[in-house]
Amino acid sequence: MGEEDISNDSKSSCGCEDGTVEAPAAAAPKENGRAADPRLQAISDAIRVVPHFPKPGIMFNDITALLLRPAAFKDAVDMFVERYRGMRIAAVAGIEARGFIFGPAIALAIGAKFIPLRKPKKLPGEVISETYILEYGTDCLEMHVGATEPGERVVVVDDLVATGGTLCAAIKLLGE
Amino acid sequence: MTSPPPPPSSLLRRLPTTRCCCFASASSGWSASASVRLGSLGGKQRRGHRGVAVMAAAAAGGGGFEARVARIASTIRVIPDFPKPGIMFQDITTMLLKPDAFRDTIELFVERYKDKGITVIAGVEARGFIFGPPIALALGAKFVPLRKPKKLPGEVISEEYSLEYGTDKIEMHVGAVEPNGRAVVVDDLIATGGTLSAAVKLIERAGAEVVECACVIELPELKGRDKLGNKPVFVLVKAD
Repeated sequence: MGEEDISNDSKSSCGCEDGTVEAPAAAAPKENGRAADPRLQAISDAIRVVPHFPKPGIMFNDITALLLRPAAFKDAVDMFVERYRGMRIAAVAGIEARGFIFGPAIALAIGAKFIPLRKPKKLPGEVISETYILEYGTDCLEMHVGATEPGERVVVVDDLVATGGTLCAAIKLLGE
Repeated sequence: MTSPPPPPSSLLRRLPTTRCCCFASASSGWSASASVRLGSLGGKQRRGHRGVAVMAAAAAGGGGFEARVARIASTIRVIPDFPKPGIMFQDITTMLLKPDAFRDTIELFVERYKDKGITVIAGVEARGFIFGPPIALALGAKFVPLRKPKKLPGEVISEEYSLEYGTDKIEMHVGAVEPNGRAVVVDDLIATGGTLSAAVKLIERAGAEVVECACVIELPELKGRDKLGNKPVFVLVKAD
């Protein structure tokens, strides 16, 4: 289990806590340079899989079990911080709701601002929105106007990447 | 019981453990005046008509508490008529755009709760998720998310609470909190106290002690503390 890096030009990259527990630590993608990191196994072990949630056939990767193990949670945050420190990251954008759990701690540690990307009608004031496709229908992600400035380097954080729809919408929002 | 791990090395630099602040309970603090700035993000800011009283709890050797709270207060904006007419919405997202103010906020909570034997930080969805985890990491405590219905997989316990019209619920994983644990419940704001009261009940049902509720902002006119009975509430900013 490792970090997944999704790039959309040089503006945004997405650091995601990928909840796939089937892949052992040794099978982590080579390009992230973390395949041999001993911390990955403990992080992976702390994530539980709940079958048939939220509906039959889904194997839900539950990161809340990781949060109950302070050492593993600390390791997960540290690994992101080590990756992004020194990369002149101006903002960490976290996707509601589980991206809020990882994003702020990373932002604080690297001295970046934290930008919440939220579901519709949650953010007060002027927002921009991006629609993305779900299995049945669509959903929307919103961000405050002016939260980012042109030329800033941003990392998008969520707990998991599945189809990539939410992350893709987040990248588009930040790129506007 | 194993001792909690040290905070992430990355957070230690930003959350110094050398500063020793011992705060009295929030209710015994004194007030200083500050004001929340209003205005659109990235735009020119206007002075708010509504002041805030800054809760500066009596600090023993904790220089800079007042200054930090004033800085935090100045970064919170008030949005009128959101989410509906007549509501003055206290928006903490502007504070998150100021890394120093956000760091100050987390530091103040960490300084208050370190050395208090806190084993659990429980965060109320969704804005409690922003403040709770960094506090938990710095204290070496576990973080327990308290979520809206049908969000948590597996076995949960739930607690209903009243809204202006109708009811809502929050849920917590069974086994997330152990008997005799010492918990702090974190949210961004206390208004009527309904959500926090439900959170306290959830944790106490699991056999743990809720040491205190911690919020960045309080709306005192809504008397949320009354709903919490004798449960202490620590806040940084009081909105008039």
